[in-house]
Amino acid sequence: MNKILILFAHPAIHKSRVNAKMIEVVSGLNSVTVNNLYQEYPDFFINIKKEQQLLVQHEIVIWHHPLYWHSAPSIIKEWFDLVLQHNFAYGKNGNALRGKKAISVITTGGSKEAYSKKGHNKYTIPQFLLGIKQSAILCKMSYLPPYVVHGTHLLEESDISKIARDYEQAIIALRDNELDMIELGKCTYLNDYLFKGTDK
Amino acid sequence: MHNQDFFNQAFVYLMAAVVSVPLAKKLGLGSVLGYLLAGIAIGPFALGMIGQDGTDIMHFAEFGVVMMLFLIGLELKPSLLWKMRGSIFGLGGLQVLVTTIVIAGGSMFFKHSFSQAISIGLILAISSTAIVIQSLAEKKLLKTESGKSAFSVLLFQDIAVIPILAVLPLLAQNAMKNRNEHGAAVKLHDAVVQHDVSVLDGWLQLLVIIGLVVAIILTGRFISRHIFRFIASTGIREIFTAAALLMVISIALAMEKVGLSPALGTFLAGMVLADNEYRHEIETDIEPFKGLLLGLFFIAVGAGIDFKLFFQKPFVVLFLLGSLIIVKFIVLLVLGKLFRLGAGKGISLAMTLAQGGEFAFVLISFSQQNNLFSNDTASLLIITVALSMAITPVLLIINEKLIQPLYVKRQNSEQEADNIDEDDSPVIIAGFGRFGLIAGRLLIANGIKTIVLDNNPKNIQILRKFGLKVYYGDASRPDLLHAAGADKAKVLILAIDDKEKSLEIAEYVKRKYPHLKLLARAIDLRHLFEYFSKDIRTVKVEVFDSAVEVGKTALKELGFTNYQANRAALTFKEHNRNNIPVLYEHWLEDKKKYIREARRYANELEEQLIAEKEHSIHDSDSAWDSTTIREEINDRLKGK
Repeated sequence: MNKILILFAHPAIHKSRVNAKMIEVVSGLNSVTVNNLYQEYPDFFINIKKEQQLLVQHEIVIWHHPLYWHSAPSIIKEWFDLVLQHNFAYGKNGNALRGKKAISVITTGGSKEAYSKKGHNKYTIPQFLLGIKQSAILCKMSYLPPYVVHGTHLLEESDISKIARDYEQAIIALRDNELDMIELGKCTYLNDYLFKGTDK
Repeated sequence: MHNQDFFNQAFVYLMAAVVSVPLAKKLGLGSVLGYLLAGIAIGPFALGMIGQDGTDIMHFAEFGVVMMLFLIGLELKPSLLWKMRGSIFGLGGLQVLVTTIVIAGGSMFFKHSFSQAISIGLILAISSTAIVIQSLAEKKLLKTESGKSAFSVLLFQDIAVIPILAVLPLLAQNAMKNRNEHGAAVKLHDAVVQHDVSVLDGWLQLLVIIGLVVAIILTGRFISRHIFRFIASTGIREIFTAAALLMVISIALAMEKVGLSPALGTFLAGMVLADNEYRHEIETDIEPFKGLLLGLFFIAVGAGIDFKLFFQKPFVVLFLLGSLIIVKFIVLLVLGKLFRLGAGKGISLAMTLAQGGEFAFVLISFSQQNNLFSNDTASLLIITVALSMAITPVLLIINEKLIQPLYVKRQNSEQEADNIDEDDSPVIIAGFGRFGLIAGRLLIANGIKTIVLDNNPKNIQILRKFGLKVYYGDASRPDLLHAAGADKAKVLILAIDDKEKSLEIAEYVKRKYPHLKLLARAIDLRHLFEYFSKDIRTVKVEVFDSAVEVGKTALKELGFTNYQANRAALTFKEHNRNNIPVLYEHWLEDKKKYIREARRYANELEEQLIAEKEHSIHDSDSAWDSTTIREEINDRLKGK
């Protein structure tokens, strides 16, 4: 069984419809730690020691956040800046994260079509996430395809609870199953790999 | 009254109350029944410890009812009363009207003249404010729907007493005319004009009344505040109490002079003061007087029940008692239906108000003075009313234990909305000086309703100007905390200057209101540790944050960049936070060893300084430090 650390960032969770539900359903799961960064560090004063310890204790690291300005909310960047120290996360003696798996969980208002070469945003989600991907690789982690929820602005209540349930299933699958990295490599999104064969 | 006599009496009454009320309460009978039973026990028909003087005591104790209405007024804002106007005039008006007609009809059937019948109807239509409100308050039912309806009816009845007092003499004239025709000559014309109401000419009378009411409102709104502030600023508690009592008594006297019900007058005065900043203080001052006088009143009612008459004509009395209760019960039940109270609530309301009231005693003796009816009739009326009052607590128990459970299921679906009081504030701030003020401003700026308790009259004056709910009072008084709504609030910010008192309050609140989140301000570390030792952890040391801010500015002046200085300050705070539990442990040990306070403080300081020496401010910023990266690159270049 894999231990999962979800680094969750949403600066206004009280206004969130989708992320609030998603994070709620995975919060009580066994072997899953939800680290709500805006809640923990309202003044952005991140406790580096504590965060590094958490990383060491888990096998899968998830950055879960809405897409803001084609990137992550600012506290995620602060977290990268402070926590991934030289000789801890990278460098000759920085091997604390070696072999761990890293995943981005993204919610966005735009559709999958909008995030394509011909679409409104010109680039795909994996392209926008390249900075994070390369950081993970620098830290000797394997960066899996992102888990993406599109079109959040148009979702009805019933859609949202379906999304939350799917997310819960996805986290459980990541926790309980070994991943077939070859199959996974063929997918753009983690969603496609996890729910292949089902309607999604 | 001789001194000896007075003490004897006080002894008897107090003893009766102290013995019987707790007993009754423990047996689940409620305090009102306890007082009534105590009265019966010491009355002339049982132990005979008090005799005729019972009636005098009763007149005196009726003042408790006046005080009760004053306190009810304090709880009731005019806007709330306006919302209740439908049930006051609709439900209350119809109750008095219909009950009067039915009872008058019955009386005429038993050969009373028209005028007598109407006056009997009017007298018996009034229910007992004292017994009902006290019982409902004790059972915490006042804010339920049936409780509010009962209150509306009672309020209308209290208003109705005024015209009834005016009408009775006219009915008496009418009755006398009839009797004269029947040859029973009575010459008591002067009795008709005996009461103050009819002393003045009608219009002038009205003018005086309006003038008085306006005077009460103006004084209450604009002047009382200054008087109370002045008295409060002297800091003499008992004079404040005296002033509050004086106010109630003078209003009662004035009202009586112009022929209005004192109860109604003080109710009005209470209402005017409902949003006065000294309201809670006045409330807590008057409360014990009200309680004792009301208890005395109930004892007097119990003692006044004429059991001799009862044993002479048991069937007549029982018949009258039964009919009174049944008639009032049925009328209220029907009206409850009409006003769409649920079945269970309708029965509650009817059970609650199915008795005669204390005003009946006044009205009966007034009618007797006016020669409306014979002494026999008067005595029968009195015993009927007294017994019906005494039986009310029993009816309430029957209702609560036997009848209401039948409706519980249905009630659950329609209830809830009952208890929401829009006045409830989620936050109480005790102490609104330099500290509480800032916390309060933040809350108010975010639209949070906040009640403030402060005992500095000067602050209050300024803050009231900005529309805050500020009340004068010492938060270490449990009753004041209660009056401020501690049982309903969510958060108490404890920011009073007095260390000892603040700890006392904290301990009390923790015990009495475990749901209330206590946020305390500590003056210094030792104060903080005192809180810790009472297992209260949500405490902030008052000057720490601002002192760190000054330190931060100093660092900037010395060449730190703004961001660097900010992070240094944050790191320092974090370090301090982690260090405090350690200091606390040492403080506890030192305390056990009886090390003197000053010595302990020195120990603390030393420890803190040593700890800070060891910690490196740059720890947290090493992510932005490229030294190790440069080293690694240099190594690589050299190595290969």
